[in-house]
Amino acid sequence: MDIIYTIWLRNIKRYIRSKSRIIGSLGMPLFFLLVLGFGLNSVVTVPGGGGQDYMQFIIPGIIAMSVLFTSIFSGIQVIWDKQFGFLKETLVAPVSRLEIMLGQTLGGATAAYIQGMMILVLSLFIGLSVSSVAGFLIAFGFMLLIGLCFTALGIAIASRMEDMHGFQLIMNFVIFPIFGLSGAIFPLANLPGWLKTITLADPLTYGVDGIRYGLLGTSHINPVISFAVLGTFTLLMIVFGSFLFRKIKV
Amino acid sequence: MPAIKVEKLTKKFNGLVAVDNVSFSIKPGDIFGLLGPNGAGKTTTISMLSTILKPTSGMALVNGFNITEKQDDVRKSIGIVFQDQSLDEELTAYENMDFHGRLYRIPKEERKKKIAELLKLVGLEERKDYLVKTFSGGMRRRLEIARGLLHKPEILFLDEPTLGLDPQTRNHLWKYIQKLNTEKKITIILSTHYMEEADRLCSTVAIIDKGKIVVMDTPENLKDGLGGDTITIRSSDNEQLKQKLESLDGVKHIRLHDGTVTINLKNAEKHIAEIVNLSSSSNLSIYSVSINKPSLEDVFLHYTGRSIREEGADIKDRMRLRRKMLRR
Repeated sequence: MDIIYTIWLRNIKRYIRSKSRIIGSLGMPLFFLLVLGFGLNSVVTVPGGGGQDYMQFIIPGIIAMSVLFTSIFSGIQVIWDKQFGFLKETLVAPVSRLEIMLGQTLGGATAAYIQGMMILVLSLFIGLSVSSVAGFLIAFGFMLLIGLCFTALGIAIASRMEDMHGFQLIMNFVIFPIFGLSGAIFPLANLPGWLKTITLADPLTYGVDGIRYGLLGTSHINPVISFAVLGTFTLLMIVFGSFLFRKIKV
Repeated sequence: MPAIKVEKLTKKFNGLVAVDNVSFSIKPGDIFGLLGPNGAGKTTTISMLSTILKPTSGMALVNGFNITEKQDDVRKSIGIVFQDQSLDEELTAYENMDFHGRLYRIPKEERKKKIAELLKLVGLEERKDYLVKTFSGGMRRRLEIARGLLHKPEILFLDEPTLGLDPQTRNHLWKYIQKLNTEKKITIILSTHYMEEADRLCSTVAIIDKGKIVVMDTPENLKDGLGGDTITIRSSDNEQLKQKLESLDGVKHIRLHDGTVTINLKNAEKHIAEIVNLSSSSNLSIYSVSINKPSLEDVFLHYTGRSIREEGADIKDRMRLRRKMLRR
């Protein structure tokens, strides 16, 4: 446990010191929130939304987006450790790779969670209203799961990449599709069948829907099912990430 | 028990043999040098001994532990300073040390005490709360050495410890390394392609080329093996001087050469007085005398037929240095 804590602590220290990264990662979610929210608020009505406006509807989606981006990026940072040699220092220590991987995952997930919290707090000023404490706790739980799931995915990707050159590829073919298809910015009701199938195969869909249930009280999927599906995905990602991380070469 | 025992260690990468059937053993307390050009297999050897790479075949014991079966015991016994920097630049010197101490499960109080002691040893105690990215190359190296010692290893690996450092810093580091070896009785394995470094620090040098150990001995024996020193004399009558000196004890060769007399013998400096006396007693005046000691460079040349520097070697070094610069 103390090894996992050590690795976690290092990740958190690095995160807190990278002020530019913290501010930078707020940029895109805020942009989406403001542009889509204010831009489409008057022309879009959310079907089955129980009277909520579009601005409120996308807040959970944008929180999920913020967690998603930060967590994948945190995972991928293992590449920097590989390139800058620090990974070697960790790998020759008498500790198991599983401990290192779990520490990295928890560290990345924590950073992602904090990043999501910032969006959540900012949203309180533009229309998000507190419904219940329990609701918040549910949302926090889903945010953490998203963070764990996608940090593990980021580590899995980083374990197979030599350098940051492939980052554009990851951005365009992994991060954006996961975000775009998750129902973060559109409701799942009334989707054409083929799109709905793809959307339901995206783990983030369950995260977004869970956060939406927690914050707004409405959901498309039963939140228990969402929790189970996302939880299973997270476990699989951690196993997958650990497997690839074990084989990492420095 | 030897600190390290290596038998027929081999590493192949896709058919390319990086380390070829290497065997050696290192006594506790030695400073053992792997000397060779870039690409000779030094880093690969160190990587295998420090459990980063698995050998293709062969066996090695580090501190008595088999490197493939007892990885964790090997890792606890060794400290390592890699060729490329392996510090976290976003953390302070103290935090880098603390991270290491926690990874090696050193209890809190002891950790604090050791970190303070080691930072002092390498002269960084005043910079302990500065981020590593503000450190110079020499400071980073010293910090890495301090970190490598934190968990009290029996054996310290230094892979090209002074690569890319200026001569003054290099000198400082050499002193630290010697101090460590004498004060803390740590066995040190060092890889280098700097002749002076091997000569000055190592009690045993293994010259490695193309994955094989070509020759291994103390630096003195290696140099003596080449036939000793060379004395070059210009005098008023070289012919006569040569005749006089032929009878001198310990002279291996004596030749007339471009208006000089060259004499090959061991411990040349001990014979200078004799030579001067001999010549003045026969009324010959000496214009100049010079002594050339063979260097490890000559040893390398002798055994491999090439000079260590002509490898074009330094392309890799330069890339490495450029990378270091970019990190700033």
